[in-house]
Amino acid sequence: MALIVNGIEAPPPADPRVSLLDFLREHRGLTGTKVGCNQGACGACTVIVDGRRVLSCLTLAVQVDGLEVTTIEGLGTPGSLHPLQAAFVEHDGLQCGYCTPGQICSAVAMIEELRRGLPSNVTADLTAGTIAATREELRERMSGNLCRCGAHNGIIAAIEDAFGLENAA
Amino acid sequence: MTPFTYARADAAEQALELAGGGARFLGGGTNLIDLMRERIEAPAALVDVSGIGRTIEETADGGLLIGAGVRNTDLAEHPLVRTRYPLVTRAIVAGASAQIRNMATVGGNLLQRTRCTYFYDVEGSRCNKRVPGEGCDAQGGFNRIHAILGASEACVATHPSDLCVALAALDATVHVEGPQGAREIAFGDFHLLPGDTPKRETALAPGELVTAIELPPLPVAAHSRYRKVRDRASYAFALISVAAALRVEDGRVAEVRLALGGVAHRPWRAHAAEAALVGAAANEASFLAAADAELSAAVPLRDNGFKIDLARRTIAAVLSDLSGVGA
Repeated sequence: MALIVNGIEAPPPADPRVSLLDFLREHRGLTGTKVGCNQGACGACTVIVDGRRVLSCLTLAVQVDGLEVTTIEGLGTPGSLHPLQAAFVEHDGLQCGYCTPGQICSAVAMIEELRRGLPSNVTADLTAGTIAATREELRERMSGNLCRCGAHNGIIAAIEDAFGLENAA
Repeated sequence: MTPFTYARADAAEQALELAGGGARFLGGGTNLIDLMRERIEAPAALVDVSGIGRTIEETADGGLLIGAGVRNTDLAEHPLVRTRYPLVTRAIVAGASAQIRNMATVGGNLLQRTRCTYFYDVEGSRCNKRVPGEGCDAQGGFNRIHAILGASEACVATHPSDLCVALAALDATVHVEGPQGAREIAFGDFHLLPGDTPKRETALAPGELVTAIELPPLPVAAHSRYRKVRDRASYAFALISVAAALRVEDGRVAEVRLALGGVAHRPWRAHAAEAALVGAAANEASFLAAADAELSAAVPLRDNGFKIDLARRTIAAVLSDLSGVGA
């Protein structure tokens, strides 16, 4: 078996102790994914596995053997930014940038959750087919990604811009 | 982490075989991997069961059978859960972060460790869960987040799950398979109070695997809430949480289910409050009196006395909300 990392097959590590985070960074050289708390509290290590955002620090690489892993390097390149990457630049969605890859991977998968109607803690009607992408919803849904620089306003603005969401400024 | 072997199982029987009675079962890993990295847990073998039981099926009697491998997100999202057991969806989305909910399994949620900051402080603190008999530094320490009900000298930690509070209110049943065969455990019997053996947290026998959670058909659950009070608006453990379902007839409580989170070593089904409520007038005075009936047994520690009043007011607020009388 193999993991499929950004479309490229990668044999799983021999040692099952290797986290998906360390596998990406140390074994695959994909250092875009960041080591934050390494204990599931900050979201800096967020990657997308089979379309879902997960924490790579609390995932063993062997657990996702056979699955598709998308990291920040798989979303855009310096010459061809993902629309959300471009929007982060435009809206100052960062200061130091350390949480940014996790924020962007998280938001890309978050939009899919919102569009398919997954409720959140602030969704009033659990039976609603569609959920409005209010700022309250976006903030709640992004609460697993901390930004110590406090760039959250820019992050939310970037998400709204990149995904064509209309909220009063 | 200390070295371990890893194997993935595709079915419960295979998982039991692979485990041979000695391995730890791995679900989403959101608690166990963290504890292994902290060297609080050091299993020699892991059997990954996260691919087993990924379905939610309606039972013949109109309940739901939820496979242990169902991800928290999938349970919260399921249309029958949203309409018939909205407190389950509410409890799940109140917990952790979206990333963790995508990873976490229902079975693993039940089996996350009951824990506190002293439990995690391997180098600096005594903890009877880590080293039975060495003492509990939370007893005389910073214990603002700790238990007010059912605690012991040995342990004052609280169970952190939100989902389990909803399951406690619903009289769920836990399906398990083990070396001695399959059995069912009533949810109220699944998690244990700490007593003198806080390291033991569930009624599972060695080698037993949770395979499913069954929700009984329960019409009152369609009218239910989960409210979580915490130090920040999102992504934090509960100081107090309340899961409740309520049916009012002619101004009186006809049927009620009530459970509390953040108060004890296990999800706390509020039987005393329920007994006080049935037949009572559906008004705030009754709700507060019922809360008092439950909380009369509460024992505050140095820093957590505020939880008693917070629980009282939250219970009344949730019941008021459900009964439409306003809080």
